[in-house]
Amino acid sequence: MKLEEEIVRRQRDRARITAWLLGGFVVLLFFITIAKTGINW
Amino acid sequence: MPAIEMSNPAALPADWRDIFALTKPRVMRLVVFSGLCGLLAAPELPPLVLSFTAILCIALAAGACGALNQWYEVELDAKMLRTARRPLPAGRMDRAAALHFGVGLGAFSVLLMGLATNWLAAGLLAASILFYVLIYTVWLKPRTPQNIVIGGAAGAFPPLIGWVAATGHFAALPLLLFGIIFLWTPPHFWALSMFVRSDYAAAGIPMLPVVAGPQHTRRQIFGYSLALAVAAVAPWPLGLTGPIYGIAAVGLNIGFVVFAARVLANRASEPAQMGPEKKLFGYSVLYLFVLFGALVADRWLPW
Repeated sequence: MKLEEEIVRRQRDRARITAWLLGGFVVLLFFITIAKTGINW
Repeated sequence: MPAIEMSNPAALPADWRDIFALTKPRVMRLVVFSGLCGLLAAPELPPLVLSFTAILCIALAAGACGALNQWYEVELDAKMLRTARRPLPAGRMDRAAALHFGVGLGAFSVLLMGLATNWLAAGLLAASILFYVLIYTVWLKPRTPQNIVIGGAAGAFPPLIGWVAATGHFAALPLLLFGIIFLWTPPHFWALSMFVRSDYAAAGIPMLPVVAGPQHTRRQIFGYSLALAVAAVAPWPLGLTGPIYGIAAVGLNIGFVVFAARVLANRASEPAQMGPEKKLFGYSVLYLFVLFGALVADRWLPW
């Protein structure tokens, strides 16, 4: 039981971090596109 | 050569802290700093987001190198006190996962660099990863005491990549920056390997102090320190930098040569008596931070 809890905890931690990183990457790609196309705000 | 076992079904999913540790965050700091300085020293700066992305890619590539290095050297790491507690030798992580993570991170960093800045910078980034993993880790490190000398080129790439990411082309100053880190690496690593010599000997890695002995290594450290001083001061008389960098370089290199001379004068063979070597190692890290900091200050501060 304890092992299973540890597995679930680690999987949740990794899923959360992956989600944040993917979100950050999408935002970064958006701003890279803006910068590359030369749009000034 | 370590036997490659591709999976460990008994392993738990790796903790994110262990995945992060695979990237050797402490080594990454110096890589990121030198890359950032190369970028900030360039005559033109890309938009902030592209500059940030270039540095991010250098950091990710350094992380990929760390992961692939640890994947390949798991059996060597297990034999050394300094590295035995890393995630792979300690059995906290599946080896195949480290390989996939390293390859994925490296490919991602190169692709993102190419899309965000230019493909010359991306090519240099790919070359630096391949050089570190294939030329240094796999080929040179287990075979020759000159491993650090040639392998040092891998660590010398970041300022060049930073500059090329900003400008899209090579120039004399970033090539000199490459040369400075190339010449800085042997005295830095040999000073370290002097007082962890038994670790390297236990792992069978032919570091210079293990193969040629402490006195020969001390002479080499001193010789490289003199060559480093010439390369580090050169940008000033060549007109590539101003007096802020020049004065800092002269002062820092006098210090470096003095520390190296103390190493040369030391006759100890026991790690406990290697105070000068430990001081040179510590100073060499500070040296690079201050020298590259002065380079950026020289570029941006009015004089």
